[in-house]
Amino acid sequence: MLNSPAIEVDGLTVIRGGNTVLPDLTVSVPRGSVTGLVGPSGCGKSTLIRAIAGIQIIKSGTVTVLDGPAGTPVAREQVGYVTQSSSVYPDLTVMQNLRYFAALTGSDDTAIHDAVANVGLADKLDALVADLSGGQRTRVSLAAALLSDPELYLLDEPTVGLDPVLRRDLWQLFQRLASEGKTLLVSSHVMDEAGRCDRVLLMREGRIIADATPDELRETTGEQDLERAFLVLAEGKAAS
Amino acid sequence: MTRTLATTRRVLQQLSHDPRSIAMIVVLPSLLLWLFKYVFDGSPVVFNRVGPQMLGIFPFIVMFLVTSVTMVRERTSGTLERLLTTPLRRGELILGYGLAFGAAALAQSVVTSTVAIWLLDMDVNTPWAIVLFAVTDAVLGTALGLLMSAFAVTEFQAVQFMPLVVIPQLLLCGLLAPRDSMPDVLRMLSDVLPLSYAADAFTELGSTSDFTSTLTRDLVILIGCCVLALTGASLTLRRRTP
Repeated sequence: MLNSPAIEVDGLTVIRGGNTVLPDLTVSVPRGSVTGLVGPSGCGKSTLIRAIAGIQIIKSGTVTVLDGPAGTPVAREQVGYVTQSSSVYPDLTVMQNLRYFAALTGSDDTAIHDAVANVGLADKLDALVADLSGGQRTRVSLAAALLSDPELYLLDEPTVGLDPVLRRDLWQLFQRLASEGKTLLVSSHVMDEAGRCDRVLLMREGRIIADATPDELRETTGEQDLERAFLVLAEGKAAS
Repeated sequence: MTRTLATTRRVLQQLSHDPRSIAMIVVLPSLLLWLFKYVFDGSPVVFNRVGPQMLGIFPFIVMFLVTSVTMVRERTSGTLERLLTTPLRRGELILGYGLAFGAAALAQSVVTSTVAIWLLDMDVNTPWAIVLFAVTDAVLGTALGLLMSAFAVTEFQAVQFMPLVVIPQLLLCGLLAPRDSMPDVLRMLSDVLPLSYAADAFTELGSTSDFTSTLTRDLVILIGCCVLALTGASLTLRRRTP
């Protein structure tokens, strides 16, 4: 049980607005690690994450999350999903937002204080979310997912627009969660973030073009820079 | 139940950060009623006949609008999507909304009825029954707003459902013309529209001081419609979207 992958996607096909966004995609994500889902904007990252969260209508294929089908009540208890846009209530304070999400997942005030400390917002508890910057809102959204201490985190571009110091801090937080045995799937369109992951899924036009550790990527492509490695893989794939 | 009440508290907290909306919800029906009374200053009989029905119709319209726009906003902001990935059940979300706006409706009805009866001298015998029906109508507006919001993609569309859902019911409910004088097809249509029973109840409340069996029937039908609409709303709320 424990050695089975946290996420298993098999033959997943998703069609949105007449376009095949994910054509027959198969991939798995190991437990207790930070897996980066990296690729250009529009390549299907969010759609894949939505399918794993169980809120995407799929054409065919199966999505297994923590040994059960995605989106069931059991799966929802164990999954923390952070959408790309900061999905918290702008007309509530940080504390009111977190109290609500805590009540939904059965967590307490201690969890709230730990979560805001982890995202560096402890001094903003009484601020209205509408008055916060975009980066701060993203962190409130992330804090809401931390509350229930889920087994699996699905984080859709959580570090967009953050300053480098905060970005580093959040990646350290992700690594710490993984070292506690949690599984994180973190999407990003920034190649240099791939280097911070235990494992990288490079995605392009709805397909996974590489599934490897950052070192393996550098080795197979002969490029030290991951941006260039992506180019080599993307063009190699296009030629074949 | 915890998650339902947490949702109710959250919706009320959102409202509390918006004092202008609170003022509109609480005061607007009274102002409209006051306007109505003095427009018909020359013929007070009109105010006494139609006034009580207004007490039931205003909360219905206001709550329909407020709820459908709020729900569409929840959908477009991405918070609904997020809620659907938590252990929150769809019925709990819908019921939480219903309770929150029901509480707002209670405040509205108490204020409006007080103004109508004591300041505008509306002639009714059972103020508590007026409030009871006004709240039921408001909850009905909320329930239909939640249901219709499933079919609106933007706030713009949600607002336009108001004339679609509300105006035909206003025309057919017996407020403007007695339902018995309508062509058969329209009368049958009015028989299945919930606002007809609200209007019927307020007509009854204007003329009697007892809680008659007609009132009991109207109340049961209205509550039944609320339950139906709320059930419909939680069923049309899709967890998986394209």
